[in-house]
Amino acid sequence: MAATICLALIVLGVTAYAVLGGADFGAGLWDLTAGGARRGSRVRALIERSMSPVWEANHVWLIFVLVIFWTAFPVAFGSVASTLRVPLALAAIGIIFRGGAFALRGEAATINEARTLGALFALSSVIVPFCLGAAIGGVASGRVPVGNAAGDAWSSWLNPSSITVGVLAVLSGAYLSAVFMAADAVRAELPDMRAAMRTRALAAGAAAGVAALGGLLVLRADARPLFDGLTSWPGVVAIAVSALAGAAGLALVWLRRYHAARWVAALALAAVTSGWLVAQRPYLLPGQLKVAAAAAPDATLWLLIGAAAVGMAVLIPSLFLLYRLTLRGTLDKPFSPFDERYPKEAR
Amino acid sequence: MISIPLPDLLAAIGPVTGRLGHPVQDQLLAARDMQALSLSVHIPLVCFGIAFPSMVLFSELLWLRTGNRVYRQLAKRWSKVMITLFAVGVVTGTILSFEFGLLWPNFMATFGDVFGLGFALEGFSFFVEAIFIAIYVYGWERMSPRLHALTGIPIAVAGVVGSLMVIAVNAWMNHPSGFDVVAGQVVHARPLAALFNSFVWHELLHMYLAGYLVAAFIVAGVYAAAWLRGRRTHYHRAGLVIALTFAALVAPVQVLVGDWAGREVAKNQPTKLAAIEGLQDTTKGAALHLGGIFSDGKVKYGIAIPHGLSLIAFHSFDAKVQGLDAVPARDRPPVNVVRLCFQTMVGIGTLLALLGLFYLGLWLRRGRLPRSVWFYRAVVAAGPLAVVALICGWITTEVGRQPWIVYHVMRTTQAVTSSGGLNAAYGGLVVVYVALAGAVVWLLRRLAKQPLEVVH
Repeated sequence: MAATICLALIVLGVTAYAVLGGADFGAGLWDLTAGGARRGSRVRALIERSMSPVWEANHVWLIFVLVIFWTAFPVAFGSVASTLRVPLALAAIGIIFRGGAFALRGEAATINEARTLGALFALSSVIVPFCLGAAIGGVASGRVPVGNAAGDAWSSWLNPSSITVGVLAVLSGAYLSAVFMAADAVRAELPDMRAAMRTRALAAGAAAGVAALGGLLVLRADARPLFDGLTSWPGVVAIAVSALAGAAGLALVWLRRYHAARWVAALALAAVTSGWLVAQRPYLLPGQLKVAAAAAPDATLWLLIGAAAVGMAVLIPSLFLLYRLTLRGTLDKPFSPFDERYPKEAR
Repeated sequence: MISIPLPDLLAAIGPVTGRLGHPVQDQLLAARDMQALSLSVHIPLVCFGIAFPSMVLFSELLWLRTGNRVYRQLAKRWSKVMITLFAVGVVTGTILSFEFGLLWPNFMATFGDVFGLGFALEGFSFFVEAIFIAIYVYGWERMSPRLHALTGIPIAVAGVVGSLMVIAVNAWMNHPSGFDVVAGQVVHARPLAALFNSFVWHELLHMYLAGYLVAAFIVAGVYAAAWLRGRRTHYHRAGLVIALTFAALVAPVQVLVGDWAGREVAKNQPTKLAAIEGLQDTTKGAALHLGGIFSDGKVKYGIAIPHGLSLIAFHSFDAKVQGLDAVPARDRPPVNVVRLCFQTMVGIGTLLALLGLFYLGLWLRRGRLPRSVWFYRAVVAAGPLAVVALICGWITTEVGRQPWIVYHVMRTTQAVTSSGGLNAAYGGLVVVYVALAGAVVWLLRRLAKQPLEVVH
């Protein structure tokens, strides 16, 4: 019971991070592909405006997942972290560059500085979700044995399942980010940006859908137990919900209903993360370690759940306030395209 | 087959092997250096998380009370620096939580259920901090002044709660409790007992005051440097006085708290104390040595103060002080590193206290700022020196805990990863942090050069 609740907290954290943090990483992908200094300047300005007030809070969901994981399932945490050392180390370094470069770019004085920092921000925004997704793929496909660095340093994350999940993480982030920014562009009354983000959302959403379907075939070949779990009761419910929500999200973007599309897209991702853990029941590390055996003693778990309840009682109103102020425009930075900010050099 | 008698084996590895078994690792030092480097980068940023919100709020409250726009300019400028340093602290803090698993998987696997609760609580306060810092910094223009000041309060509270939780975990590593060891296994985790151990309070207060010393002296140093270059507007004067007053009030108190912390170490970690003082043999009425190096079981070239150590550690002229000889050589920390860092910390702390007292005394008796350029030069130097003292203090307590990761329960050699390639990873991490440090300095200079906003 207590272990299941803690697992649910981890699902909540992974989902929130995939949706909110993922969207911030997706913004990095759009920054990377925005084109030259002049052509991409409005997209980049929109990204900066949308991300600035929220990215730090969004990032904390990752910390949330880590602390629940190591407190509730310490042996699994030690095994996962030590085997998946390479993708996790790369993700950590990517996180430094992403956060650092983004914070710095806002203060760049010349377009060259802004471009160098922007490239660093954008590149690490692709590396981080890929590596974290690949790590999840390594766990889900049963490549993490119990032990101290007991799994292979490379094949544990460079394998078909890991690459599938990694690519899916990048694409879903790109999709979410475009949907979020389309809604922001409506609020900021920037019709050209709204249209640009709508196109991107449709493209990335379609690509994510194709990758998800293709990914199922990859899992069938590479991680059969996971595939079987996802295609039988009750995992299949999650897959069905995810597919329906994904399709509905795309339809809503097509209809320009961006606000509703956000929630539906979040639901599609929540279905994937909960489907993953349902599909590998009763294992935490498939084929290696069952949830019941991995769980900390009940005393720890219940205290952790109590702490999470108290924490949530503070966190949820605070987050609500942050997003409400953001949506009302109280925290808006002015929209400042890069070619207007650095007029001399962009010409 | 060689058979080792069980008690000897246990003595060599410590009471607890860990749930992932005995690691194979010949680059332990690289793992420790990586952790030390990451902590050294993160801890000065934590100081700003602890102390800066209340300095910013204080300035904003001055504006609300007096209506003097300079205080608003100051608070707004500082709040921009605050969110920048917070952003960097977010990422360097994330690195630390990754490193716990990447470098010390057996420690996490064995004790995660004992101390993890502390980090869970810290995670929530970190969340609150991130949310309200964004509201505060981006909300200057569109909120009523009173409401805006209110949104700053959760930042200050969360900074303190978060650091309390992390320090509780460190205190637990130094003074472990809240679990039982049965047949080499850690069982019966009692997280609340682990977190609220008796070692927390002096560590918390010592670090909390250190946070104020570092943040306030660095900020004061920026304005003192401007002062020396002849920029003496009302704005610069206000920045200098607010920051310097914070620092000067804290510095003398830190000396007293440091004394308390030292006596707790003397009581609970006698081997650490022996390393700090370079005391080889258990001695009654032990002498205190200033400076010098420890070799061949004694301090050479130092100034000896007879009975000084007994007096300072136990407040008694003839108290018995336990030496390094009380434990086998494999259970002793490296003496010279610990000793040098401790003496550096105490030396700098004393100088900072004197600087603070001088400033306060002059202010109280004459009601003016010092006029000597040497005072302002000293304030410029005080910020970096406070950082050095901070890092030295942490090295004293962390290296002084060696060879244990959990004092007298688990050895650091048992906690480490079995992964290869740590030396290469260390090299990579150094490059990353050098780049990050360069970037932050660049950014802060850029922020300082921006023209002040006009307040109507």
